Amino acid sequence: MASFMFLFRGGLDPQTASPEEMQQNMHKWMSWVDDLKKKGVYKAGEALLPSGKSLHKNQVVTDGPYAESKEMIGGFFIVEAADIDAAISMAADCPDLVLGGSVEVRDVMVF
Amino acid sequence: MNNTDATAKTVDHLFRRQAGKMVAVLSHLFGLDHLQLVEDVVQDSFIRALQTWKLHGLPNNPEAWLLQTAKHKAIDLLRKQQLHKRYTQEDWIEKIDTADTFFHEQEIADSQLRMIFACCHPALKAEDQIALTLQIVSGFSVSEIARALLSNEAVIQKRIFRAKKFLRDNQVILEIPSGKELQQRLDTVCTVLYVLFNEGYHSLKAEELIRHDLCAEAMRCCKLLTEHPLIREYSAQALLALMCLHAARFDSRMDNSNDIILLEAQDRSLWDKELIRVGFYYLNLSASGKHISAYHIEAAIASEHMIAETFSKTNWDRLLDLYDMLLQVKPSPVILLNRAVVLAQLQQTEAAIASILSIPNIDTLIRTQAIYSAVLGDLYKRLSNTVKAREYLINARSLTPSLAEKKLFQQRLDALPAQNN
Repeated sequence: MASFMFLFRGGLDPQTASPEEMQQNMHKWMSWVDDLKKKGVYKAGEALLPSGKSLHKNQVVTDGPYAESKEMIGGFFIVEAADIDAAISMAADCPDLVLGGSVEVRDVMVF
Repeated sequence: MNNTDATAKTVDHLFRRQAGKMVAVLSHLFGLDHLQLVEDVVQDSFIRALQTWKLHGLPNNPEAWLLQTAKHKAIDLLRKQQLHKRYTQEDWIEKIDTADTFFHEQEIADSQLRMIFACCHPALKAEDQIALTLQIVSGFSVSEIARALLSNEAVIQKRIFRAKKFLRDNQVILEIPSGKELQQRLDTVCTVLYVLFNEGYHSLKAEELIRHDLCAEAMRCCKLLTEHPLIREYSAQALLALMCLHAARFDSRMDNSNDIILLEAQDRSLWDKELIRVGFYYLNLSASGKHISAYHIEAAIASEHMIAETFSKTNWDRLLDLYDMLLQVKPSPVILLNRAVVLAQLQQTEAAIASILSIPNIDTLIRTQAIYSAVLGDLYKRLSNTVKAREYLINARSLTPSLAEKKLFQQRLDALPAQNN
């Protein structure tokens, strides 16, 4: 088994989504996470707020990454899978894909 | 049922319900002139909830979590922004200190009522009242309102914009009217809720789920009215009774393939017994008042259908009396039409047809609304006047925008004896 990271971008536009749409989206995510947990492959996950700071050379701190909201990383998972294809098929159930979001699947390096 | 299903069930429409509550409470706290800010704060709280809960599950008390989050965000804003220009330093410190009292249960209910009264302001157009109520009190988005009311987003957006501008320009304040004004304002609110309910109940064109939601919202708002100690008004109770008694039949009106099942053929065991019970409870309560509103009579009509064991055992004589009473209070073509249907059940088919044909402007009504031709078609069929029956049913079929109704009228046409020509 190897570890993979899912990076989530885009999806439901929270500025225009209705409360009902947000709730439905939430339920879909909950059952997806539930499913991954039942299979024992879900290791961790967090959502990230859009605001943030970036630190540069010489302790320079700037606001935000200021990416377009659809390019902004909205959260991540760590999952376990046999190989990248297995990980990708897991990511295929992400509820935000149909809403135009994307999942970047990355191999976690093993030393 | 696994855990997720269970959670999904317990919080059905939680966000939507909570949105209305939060907007109402925060608007009370900040004043209606800060509605935009309030809506932003509420939206923000939902974004926060969505992000956290979708990965970590629901907190123990999601409603309280949302309210708390909105409250803290709001107070932050009060502190940071120059919102308090109109307040002195002491004023807004006091406001923050008393903010907690705005979040008590009774106060939340009161805030929602104040908001309902504001959204149903009598100076607003009826269509604007409905759109605004759905957005602010019920937490519907513009696109959801458009789907529910079979309109388009631009139109709904315009109505809401116009209504909000009116509230701002006229500095409408959030209050529960009292004295003589209460009665008038309450009449408007009841009318809006009545229309809202009917939109959900009768529109066969919109999708099932959103229609259901409209009815549920109208009932929830109406319940708020009936429960308030200062209002406790008999016509609102009668309206709620009427809604419950109709809603009890909601699911028995369509079969699995979305075909219409008429009252005559409905499986009465499918009617929601709990809603019937609640309907009768409110009908009894409403009967203590001296004044008999149209809602009282309409609820009484609905209740006659509910207590009849079978369609044929319906007390048509009593219904005829009730329709006559209703016509006194609220003369309208649809009521005249319904009364004629009752006449036909009393074997007075010819009188029924004559009374329909004497409805004012009946020619226009027949040309524009399917229901008149549908009824006339059936009545002529009873009289074995196949030619007229066919003519009216064809007209009804061409006028209705509903596929389910088209199918129903077609079935009736097919059931007519073949013409000999």
